[in-house]
Amino acid sequence: MEEIDEIVHEFLVESHENLDQLDRDLIALEGAPGSRELLSSVFRTIHTIKGTSGFLAFGRLERLAHVGENLLVDLRDGRRSMDQPTTDVLLLMVDTVRDLLGSIERTGGEGDVDVEPAVAAITRVHDDVPAAAQAPTTPDAEPETPAADAPALETRAAQTTAAETKAVETQAVETQAVATQAPETNADETSADEVSAVETAADEAEVEPAPAAQAPARPGIIPSPRAEAVPSDEVGTQRGAADSSIRVDIELLDQLMRQVGELVLARNRISRLASSQQDVDLARSAQQLNLIASELQEGVMRTRMQPIEHVWSKMPRVVRDLAALCGREVRLEMVGGDTELDRSLLEAVKDPLTHLVRNAVDHGIEPREVRVAAGKPAQGLLELRASHAGGQVSVEVRDDGRGIDPEVVGAKAIAKGLRTPEQVAAMSANELLQLLFLPGFSTAEKVTNVSGRGVGMDVVRTRIEAIGGTVDVESVVGAGTVWRLRIPLTLAIMPSLSVECAGDLYALPQVHVVELVALDAQRSDSGVEYVHAAPVYRLRGELLPLVSLAGVLGVEVPQDEHPAVIAVVQADQQRFGLLVDRVLTTEEIVVTPLAARLKAIGVYSGATVLGDGRVALILDVQAIARRAITRDSELSTRDANAASVTRAEVEQVLVAGIGGGRRVAMPLASVARLEHVRAEQVELVGGREVVQYRGTILPLARLDRLLGTFAKESDELLLVVYTRGSRSVGLVVEEIVDIVEDEVGNHSTIDDSGLTGSTVLGDKVTELLDVRSAVLAADREFYDEPAPDDVFAGLDELVGAAR
Amino acid sequence: MSSYVTFTVDAGLYGVDVQRVQEALRAHARTRVPLAPEGVAGLVNLRGQVVLTVDLRPRLGLPPVDDDAQQMMVVVQVGGETVSLLVDEIGDVVDVSPERVEAPPDTLDPAIRPLIRAACTLDDRLLLVLDVDEAAAA
Repeated sequence: MEEIDEIVHEFLVESHENLDQLDRDLIALEGAPGSRELLSSVFRTIHTIKGTSGFLAFGRLERLAHVGENLLVDLRDGRRSMDQPTTDVLLLMVDTVRDLLGSIERTGGEGDVDVEPAVAAITRVHDDVPAAAQAPTTPDAEPETPAADAPALETRAAQTTAAETKAVETQAVETQAVATQAPETNADETSADEVSAVETAADEAEVEPAPAAQAPARPGIIPSPRAEAVPSDEVGTQRGAADSSIRVDIELLDQLMRQVGELVLARNRISRLASSQQDVDLARSAQQLNLIASELQEGVMRTRMQPIEHVWSKMPRVVRDLAALCGREVRLEMVGGDTELDRSLLEAVKDPLTHLVRNAVDHGIEPREVRVAAGKPAQGLLELRASHAGGQVSVEVRDDGRGIDPEVVGAKAIAKGLRTPEQVAAMSANELLQLLFLPGFSTAEKVTNVSGRGVGMDVVRTRIEAIGGTVDVESVVGAGTVWRLRIPLTLAIMPSLSVECAGDLYALPQVHVVELVALDAQRSDSGVEYVHAAPVYRLRGELLPLVSLAGVLGVEVPQDEHPAVIAVVQADQQRFGLLVDRVLTTEEIVVTPLAARLKAIGVYSGATVLGDGRVALILDVQAIARRAITRDSELSTRDANAASVTRAEVEQVLVAGIGGGRRVAMPLASVARLEHVRAEQVELVGGREVVQYRGTILPLARLDRLLGTFAKESDELLLVVYTRGSRSVGLVVEEIVDIVEDEVGNHSTIDDSGLTGSTVLGDKVTELLDVRSAVLAADREFYDEPAPDDVFAGLDELVGAAR
Repeated sequence: MSSYVTFTVDAGLYGVDVQRVQEALRAHARTRVPLAPEGVAGLVNLRGQVVLTVDLRPRLGLPPVDDDAQQMMVVVQVGGETVSLLVDEIGDVVDVSPERVEAPPDTLDPAIRPLIRAACTLDDRLLLVLDVDEAAAA
């Protein structure tokens, strides 16, 4: 029984390959209808499926393949030519065959897949041609019950013929055993005749049902390898690859990869030992081991590599069907199909890539009339490009369609309540395009069955990120869109940084690490500042949010330990600093998958054994980012929800102390940066205080003096820098207290010069700074210059509402 | 006749089906897993393989072991995964005849109940047979 199962399995594997080939051939055939070579290839594929399925007693599959074959015989013999309806029914047949195979794979039987529509469609097309007089008898004359017997014999006949065409004389004895059951077939060579011979055989089956019914029960007579050998040899000239390669079980390759992984670990250990000892011989051997292990690793990794073509091969069909459905004319070009990728990754990019392609055809490329009106060629161009770049594979889906209008995206985001108008107004075109990846976003004006159901780009992004890749989009309105995927070459082995946190070692994948910043532990203020409870670090003038690894992991840090290193990491669109105690080394690590319940924690992507034998958890930077920075996104969703009801009433404000216990709040949106300058840097220009700042002169306004209070004298000034266009001013404050949300509705109108009102923020009365007048106090011409995007739009609104 | 690998945790004698046990050995240094469920004692490097270690004590409602106690690991196979159970001491492999195997007493704490498959009356003491899958799923 098990042998038969194995035969069925091989049949499935082979048939799936054949069907892919068939898809390609049929599409190619449409372009070159006369090609006998292609027709023969198609014919042989169907013939093989028909033969084997009959042999394995899959009656419906066999019947379907049989009518398909009849049609193909006419094509091959030039009695009809390839046209649209013919291609359509043949593709329909391919799909139905796939369904049947799927059912067989799942349940072991043909299940309830209905072949009749396909059979009827093929027969209809076939019957249109009067020349094929013999054909109609086949599908119609066979009622269900004898069909189960007859195909068995037909198959035998068919296989016998095929085998004999090859004229393998050494196998004649075996063949004979079968041939005696269907002697008529021996004499015939051409397949057209074969069909009639098969019918004769079928007739005969009525007379002699017994041997025919027996035949499938004896698989030993024709060993299945030979059945396979027939198609592959015949087609040998076309599919040369089959001769020089062998099929290897994926499981075996995975196992090899694991073992190589362990070898790499053992090598790491030996290298470490060798370097700690003075033994020259050991060092030399270790070096050699190092070399061999590296080469072996590379070699095994290569066996798992497959050209991306494997995924792309389905695209011509997808594009063709979809283009026909949407009424588009699309030319598909594929460049770099030989770019190789680990097969597990290949599997993972298949669906996202298909989705992007469908999306490009459906939404990207315009209908013919629109294109012509826009002065573009009527036929749209869809390009798939793959290439290696810096240890990653870059895959592009590029169309020359209408492009994506960032304004439309922004408007959509507002309409769907995903972002507030203020947020959208502050976004660059590129940032707006990134909104496409938000869950629940879809730009399709009408929902089609192709795309535009609100599940889409966010799924694409989730999938790609799950394998450590990234996806982004570029678009020029009217000129086209490029979706770019960046995918790592392999998942199994990756360079990583080992970091220490609260005495434990963790592996931080190097792809995410942008840079390392050492904190000076000697200085009391080590450069980490706090905005309320949130630590930040000033990295080259930009505020970098910090995330303490110990905090994320919830581990207790010994009193004397202080985070000494900031690993600046990049996850999604976010960049943040991960605070760790120490950074030890970089190492090639072998990723071991985690037990499901550890994976569910959502902070680790795997585990690994380090060179010293210790186990280290691999940090999932993206998950940490989401965990630590969720507050932000929750906030924006909450904002967005509020915005959909009324207008946004909440604004983030920066609260600063200005001396004398007074606090002022200013809208955060208009703050460009926070800066420290030493008091002696302040110079006077015509009675105004200025500092030199980034090669320009930055006028200052001291808020304490402006608002009638006095700040403590110190030798350092804290500046809140406002920028508009090319002009900047600095407002001097005593301290930064917090960033909070301010509810516009709660403002009191009690004010004074320089203020626009007051409110209660965090249980303290806080004055709302009239930023405009404060800025004007520093630079009278600040607002004279028209700025491209008015950063004060939000501010004016706040002011307006407060009044 | 069933064979069980026996071990002690705290004062109790427990056993698991010998077919499921890969090996028993002295406990390795573990890497703790912050944020993991209570029963997860950490990860160990078992000849290059990363293996999850489960501490049976919280599951059995027992107090945690002293820090310096030398523990043992019973390495079992659970659904294709290798898991090691942290125990105090390894005992013999005992054969128990079917008539000595009884259902666990009804008075057993319901929280522990799914963990105990049977109670075997050995000559001198009681052997509680653990359900390996339950135990490893701490």
